[in-house]
Amino acid sequence: MHEYSIVSALIEQCEQHARANQATKITRVAIKLGVMSGVEPTLLQTAFETFKLDGICREAELSMTLQPLVIKCADCQQESVLDERSIVCPACNSYHTRVLEGEDMLLMQLEMEQAEDI
Amino acid sequence: MCKDCGCSLPRHSAIQQGHDHHTGHSHEHSHKHQELHTNPQLNDKKTLSVIHKILDKNDVEAAHNRAHFEAHHITAFNLMSSPGSGKTTLLEHLKEYTKLNYAVIEGDLETSRDADRLIAKGITAHQIQTGSACHLDAFMVHGALHHLPLEGLDICFVENVGNLVCPASYDVGTHKNIVLLSVPEGDDKIEKYPVMFRRADLVLITKCDLLPYFDFSVDEAKAQLKKLNPDTQILEVSIKNGDSMHAVAAWLNENLRRNTVGEPQ
Ligand SMILES: Nc1nc2c(ncn2[C@@H]2O[C@H](COP(=O)(O)OP(=O)(O)OP(=O)(O)O)[C@@H](O)[C@H]2O)c(=O)[nH]1
Ligand SMILES: [Mg+2]
Ligand SMILES: [Zn+2]
Ligand SMILES: [Zn+2]
Ligand SMILES: [Zn+2]
Ligand SMILES: [Zn+2]
Repeated sequence: MHEYSIVSALIEQCEQHARANQATKITRVAIKLGVMSGVEPTLLQTAFETFKLDGICREAELSMTLQPLVIKCADCQQESVLDERSIVCPACNSYHTRVLEGEDMLLMQLEMEQAEDI
Repeated sequence: MCKDCGCSLPRHSAIQQGHDHHTGHSHEHSHKHQELHTNPQLNDKKTLSVIHKILDKNDVEAAHNRAHFEAHHITAFNLMSSPGSGKTTLLEHLKEYTKLNYAVIEGDLETSRDADRLIAKGITAHQIQTGSACHLDAFMVHGALHHLPLEGLDICFVENVGNLVCPASYDVGTHKNIVLLSVPEGDDKIEKYPVMFRRADLVLITKCDLLPYFDFSVDEAKAQLKKLNPDTQILEVSIKNGDSMHAVAAWLNENLRRNTVGEPQ
């Protein structure tokens, strides 16, 4: 259950951004999870609901976008979005590909409320 | 500077990190993200767009660990597998097959049993007691670094917590990942745990002396791995087969940083 450690890193980042922007409250946290990032979205959601309670994210909603695997083939130059967990080019069956997306865990956007008249 | 222990290596923020001194998958990842690392901007009063790797603090610490290793010309390998696939046993026996000087950082749930086994064989080892953690992170490994005499080592192994899921998400500051899959676990594990096997630089199929007793197809394992990670090598290993152990030792030697990036000895 490394989802708990990942959520605590995420909430720490939210707190830093909140401080830097004099926010009093974070209302929405948007993240992007690659299908090959090694995190289970439902476990992450549960961990977030548990951990958010003591901090600035107390009332925040976590919105997750699942990023499928996107590869680019070095042989036929085709870019493909894959359903399967494989990096083989569906157009020409080449193994000579590069993963463009789908392996990362990223914080994308924060919605926050700021103190009035700053 | 390390505040806690006074070590003199600086920590670089993710943005300042150089591109030259890293190898291994996790590194290519972090480089990609730096390009994404745009300046936060307040679009309107309330919405802040950031593109920020969630584990970037861990990655900064991992880079710091690599700097420790590199300052001593050490190549570090992260050993990962399910519980009981043979990580500690491999490290116990490797000594008979290589002249390379190695030490081990052990991650274990509750006990120092694995480190004790290695120490009994005359191998330098330090146990990180991870308590209930299911993986090691770069901070835990950094803590252990200061308990190991790094002078004169060629290799530092990090034996991760036995788990095919969680450790795959954390760069601990090693240079390459070695993933073990033992014959009794079955050849379907590569397909079931793709993230881990995608991160591997070497896959060891261990306990190959048991192949006659299990329906494990090495060809099937190779085919599955090729779909995820075509450049990765597979070695079939048994601690009861000296040739297979020599092959592991040879791979390690070929993959030392001084032999791959031309680092001075
Ligand atoms: N037959 C056979 N047994 C092996 C081999 N390698 C390891 N074993 C056995 O597998 C069992 C588990 O090995 P360990 O080395 O403790 O496994 P580990 O991966 O370190 O386990 P954890 O640290 O608990 O995750 C032991 O009983 C070993 O003797 C092998 O090549 N052949
Ligand atoms: Mg062990
Ligand atoms: Zn976990
Ligand atoms: Zn193609
Ligand atoms: Zn340090
Ligand atoms: Zn230190």
